[in-house]
Amino acid sequence: MVKIMSEMFAAGESPEILFWVGCAGSFDQRVQRITKSFAEILNKVGVSFAILGSEEACTGDPARRAGNEFVFQMLAYQNIQTLNNYNIKKIVTTCPHCFNTLKNEYSALGGNYEVSHHSTFLQELIDAGKIKIKEGGSMKGKKITFHDSCYLGRANNIYEAPRKVLEALDADLVEMKSCRSNGLCCGAGGAQMFKEDEPGDKRINVARAEEAIETGASTVSAACPFCMIMWEDGVKQKNAEAQIELKDIAELIAERMS
Amino acid sequence: MIQQILFVLLAGVAIYFFTKKVMSICRNILLGKDEPLNDQPKLRWRNMFIFALGQKKMFNNPLVAVLHLFVYVGFVIINIEILEIFLDGILGTHRLFAPILGFTLYSILISCFEILAVLVIIGCVIFLIRRNITKVNRFTKPELKGFPFRDANYILITEIVLMTLFLIMNICDSSNFTNDTIYEHFHSSHKIFFGIFSSPISILFKLDSTNNITLEIIERTCWWLHIAGIFAFLNYLPYSKHLHIILAFPNSFFARLNVIGQMENMPLIQKEVVLSFQPERAAEFPGDDAPMKFGAKDVKDLSWKSLMDAYSCSECGRCTAACPANQTGKKLSPRKIMMDTRDRLEEVGNNIDKHGMDFTDNKTLLGDYVSVEELRACTTCNACVEQCPILISPLNIILELRRSLVMEDSNVPNEWAMMFGNMENNQAPWKFSNEDRANWIKE
Repeated sequence: MVKIMSEMFAAGESPEILFWVGCAGSFDQRVQRITKSFAEILNKVGVSFAILGSEEACTGDPARRAGNEFVFQMLAYQNIQTLNNYNIKKIVTTCPHCFNTLKNEYSALGGNYEVSHHSTFLQELIDAGKIKIKEGGSMKGKKITFHDSCYLGRANNIYEAPRKVLEALDADLVEMKSCRSNGLCCGAGGAQMFKEDEPGDKRINVARAEEAIETGASTVSAACPFCMIMWEDGVKQKNAEAQIELKDIAELIAERMS
Repeated sequence: MIQQILFVLLAGVAIYFFTKKVMSICRNILLGKDEPLNDQPKLRWRNMFIFALGQKKMFNNPLVAVLHLFVYVGFVIINIEILEIFLDGILGTHRLFAPILGFTLYSILISCFEILAVLVIIGCVIFLIRRNITKVNRFTKPELKGFPFRDANYILITEIVLMTLFLIMNICDSSNFTNDTIYEHFHSSHKIFFGIFSSPISILFKLDSTNNITLEIIERTCWWLHIAGIFAFLNYLPYSKHLHIILAFPNSFFARLNVIGQMENMPLIQKEVVLSFQPERAAEFPGDDAPMKFGAKDVKDLSWKSLMDAYSCSECGRCTAACPANQTGKKLSPRKIMMDTRDRLEEVGNNIDKHGMDFTDNKTLLGDYVSVEELRACTTCNACVEQCPILISPLNIILELRRSLVMEDSNVPNEWAMMFGNMENNQAPWKFSNEDRANWIKE
């Protein structure tokens, strides 16, 4: 059950948090599964939440980083109007790019919210005992590696929360050659996602996929929809789809919580 | 007396030219745009202490960090000895501090300096090997060809030479440790010292009164070469990557304190957008409407901090080694962005010196130095920013240049033009209708 903010507002209700879905989370078929998993978790633990639905617009991150401040400012203006009209205080999002923009860049434009990324949010739910892994849900003995999203890690210093979430699954967490603050980008940031790579030796997501293959992990976990899309492609390029399963931390939890 | 006059003259010339160059660098940095970076002084002092003095990020590679620390501490601490050399030069004295500090203290100090000098030599030799023989990957990138590569070697060799001269000087002077009467004719009033390396060597080679004239000549020659070398080095510094030894401090002090993911706002565009929807909010945006110039086309359009970043860069290439675009063979190298910015800024500065403030040479950082292809390859992943030991942000320059490229020149690849169009019309980078945003609920 997912409520739309405008409907809730019309009924005079206000949610505990606003789930910011993001463009990839709304439209990309692969990433929709992450969105659904996170919504499922929220419902299971009984957090009251709403989404903006058609009133949500892109935060403007790709435009800003490509150099188009006008488009960014227009979208930011629109979003801040919407959020402030609904008197939104708390936002949670599954996208580190949205997270970074909403948290760090909207405040200068009059949008001040308490923003969390779903990795931190999930970790808090686990710590509070609200998420319990069901019997047989443990990943014990399975090798899993975590890919740090640039906009979660370096940009916002969140390295431990997603790993703590994975620890709850009892999996055997292995690190790739470059991880945490040295983590290699998936290749999507700075609006690269929306254009071809510049000429070079190889694609960045292929280089990253090679690092994952080296670890021998059977699952690569990410916490960013753009990383997920790049990873899907990188693993395919290396013909490693059969050996590596790609999952967002929200999907791993949703599949295994009681 | 002649030596004193010569020394004062040499020191005067060296300090004059150094000061002049430093002032021109300061002027060049201040050509940049204003950016207030003096809030939270406590945190800034802390950053300077941790990153410049403590070299925290260097310790990501402990072995290199320790060697670098030897060279750095050696270089800085031996400068205390330079104070004595300087005063000796002016006053015509010889080892002025020896009688003041007394035999024991002076011997301890000199021995410490000698240990450091040997460590500096070891460090520099290993660094030379890393650059020239084992060829560490980040030292072989194209932007390092030519002067930048030689620059590093010049510095390392100069440091080895200076330290060697310092040690030879001490060997000559400590040789009278073996026999108190040896040198009485040229510093009879001085107490002698014991140097941990110099004294055993002088004893080993039985340096004594029979060849004291030779020793004196050697000592004087080393003394003059050493101090002349230091003056020359001082004047080379501002043209070299070695300037980081000074600028690392202000550069980490003035580093931006917000989380590195946050991009600088553009208030003028914000104003235009807000007022186009809500003209009644004009009062929130006071100030004149300066002619808008978006992003940076040339160095003067960058923040003064980015210009100081450029002068501070030691061209170590940790940024480039960590850059995902560079690792996968793209043209982008964050280090090159910093080197280009410095080269262009020097060029602009020289133009001002020659032709005055308003001269324009019709060249710009964007285009003449940094290519579009380089800028387009950046994923804004902040790996370069994270890596820099002295808190330089190559990304800030890249993003400002991108702003100019897109908003001033409308130089946009097709895919991005489509993305901008989609974002404007459908509020998403893809061509989906916003009405369908919540369709996933039903599926």
